[in-house]
Amino acid sequence: MLSYEAPLLELRNIEKSYSQQSWPGSKKFRAVRGVSLSIRRGETLGLVGESGCGKSTVGRMTARLLEPSAGELHYKGSDITDAGGRTLRQLRQEIQYVFQDPYTSLNPRFTVGRLLEEPLKYNRLGNRLKRKRDVLEMLDRIGLNASYRNRYPHELSGGQRQRVGIARALMMNPEFVVLDEPVSALDVSVQAQILNLLKSLQHELSLTYLFISHDLNVVHYVSDRVAVMYLGNIVEIADVHDLYDRPLHPYTQALVSSIPAERGAAKREQIILSGDLPDPTAHISGCPFRSRCLHAFERCESEMPGWSSVGEGHAVRCHLWEGKYASPEAAPVEILS
Amino acid sequence: MELGTKQDEQVLDIRNLRIELQTSRRTAVNVLEDVSLQIGKGEIVGVVGESGCGKSILSLSVLGLLPPAMRISGGELWYKDELPLHAYDNRRLQRVRGKEISMVFQDPMSSLNHGLTVGFQVTESLRLHLGCSKSEARERAIMLFRKVGLPRPEKLLHEYPYQLSGGMRQRVMIAIAISCNPGLLIADEPTTALDVTIQAQILDLMRSIREDDGTAILLISHDLGMIADMCDRIIVMYAGKVVEHGTASEIFDHPRHPYTIGLLNSIPTPAKKGNRLYSIPGTVPALHERGAGCRFASRCEYAADRCRQEQPPLIQVGKQHTAACFLLEEVNANAVV
Repeated sequence: MLSYEAPLLELRNIEKSYSQQSWPGSKKFRAVRGVSLSIRRGETLGLVGESGCGKSTVGRMTARLLEPSAGELHYKGSDITDAGGRTLRQLRQEIQYVFQDPYTSLNPRFTVGRLLEEPLKYNRLGNRLKRKRDVLEMLDRIGLNASYRNRYPHELSGGQRQRVGIARALMMNPEFVVLDEPVSALDVSVQAQILNLLKSLQHELSLTYLFISHDLNVVHYVSDRVAVMYLGNIVEIADVHDLYDRPLHPYTQALVSSIPAERGAAKREQIILSGDLPDPTAHISGCPFRSRCLHAFERCESEMPGWSSVGEGHAVRCHLWEGKYASPEAAPVEILS
Repeated sequence: MELGTKQDEQVLDIRNLRIELQTSRRTAVNVLEDVSLQIGKGEIVGVVGESGCGKSILSLSVLGLLPPAMRISGGELWYKDELPLHAYDNRRLQRVRGKEISMVFQDPMSSLNHGLTVGFQVTESLRLHLGCSKSEARERAIMLFRKVGLPRPEKLLHEYPYQLSGGMRQRVMIAIAISCNPGLLIADEPTTALDVTIQAQILDLMRSIREDDGTAILLISHDLGMIADMCDRIIVMYAGKVVEHGTASEIFDHPRHPYTIGLLNSIPTPAKKGNRLYSIPGTVPALHERGAGCRFASRCEYAADRCRQEQPPLIQVGKQHTAACFLLEEVNANAVV
């Protein structure tokens, strides 16, 4: 799974902060606090974290739907942080976005056919006949009958709507798709249909995915690598099997322990964190997770931990792991407890 | 044998409940049909199903909170074999709500009053139902806050819901719900709006309420993993009917109804990574599309002609296990279980 070619997309230390009006002066809300990620061609990178941790903001900046406050974005080796005009137009074709809620992301006054045709028209591609053919081809690809071309979004079920949302993103033949909670609004049986569809589309069209979700089972199922976010920072990143079998950051450990064990499997010890996420507008010194961490010590209060490499492609931001290269055999639970 | 409870003391007895939705002056459709369920003291019973299966309507009907267009058109609802809730008018139900039976809703933001302090909202039911004086109610509210694990209870009494985080709000909701020591707590998707680590806290709290006070809990959710973790018994609903009913281990280890089997197979668990997920074809039929036969027939791979014409009754398939499917009749005749 590991390849050493240049990444398709790279985020270098990107930040996003918003200023909030308050008296006196203004408060800064740092939604994303220096995130670096590289996404390889053809892989699915899962991004997990709790609500408000900044995972969607990262997704939006990746697709250039939001401008980062600091940091750089590289796509296919060139800097696209400030790309504009024609370059941006081209980028928008190659990087697409699928939104969480298929109920609000489709224009209710457009038919499915028009929704799918719109990106082609906007980019002045093909003539009417060619566009119609493309739309029909796409409908077939996502498993909707050609008659759906004349339906409106309100006539579709949630799963069908999400299919249309995905189809719309794929109309421009993108290389990279940001999937922002694509199945969270769907029922379990429909969710499985959409996950299967995403998998087979990725295979057929050799797509690269950034898959954002809070559902750990879903992320495990679709991803090759997973990054865990907490309060605007990435705290751990690893190959999917490595991360779920050997979570090292105390936060990741709590997350993984919250997945209900499969029937028949031994019950995991559940780690229940105390407290809530701290106020993101407050100034946070040291490790952002320390207020809820079971292992926090003095150093965590003053110093933000840097990255420690703890295995092949496995890195964690926690003082506990500094300078300790954990061999795969080392049982992380023992070391931490 | 009647699928009953271990305990002799029955808290809630729902018998063949039918709920009707008035669609025009003369016509009505059944939203729920023939739902029976018993809950014993200290038991946690789960209701699972996809959106639109009627699980929330079931919970609302217990407290007489049905929307105006719906009414109970058949069956009975008994609380502790004493109070016939189905025959009660609003005035009498008000004495039951919050005292004998209370409810925790999905979204704590929209179920708390924004304009009133948290303290007022907690003490309200204490003063109303138990006739506490102002200071007594205050004392008890502080105790309740401690019990549900809310920090700095004295100060919290004077705060407003918008000042609290999602997890804290849900704790306040639970504090209100258990304030009068109800015999039954209905929790309708209590953790859907919360993050995973907070969800673990809330579920832990609900378990301890059951342990300490012997409160019975009716837990409604679409999350099969959570239901499996929490419940003693489970009913699976599909399109307004109970399709399967049994102990948690029966349902999850030996599901018998094709719908339950399909639902369990479509959850992306770690073991299924790399394989195509099973997905139930099609979607849930709309209210007016429910035919004469088995509700699941249109999506069932085993459906025969009989399934499309007749509704299957609940068939005993185990000691504590019933399922509504014609396919199981034969099995039962051979008395395998």
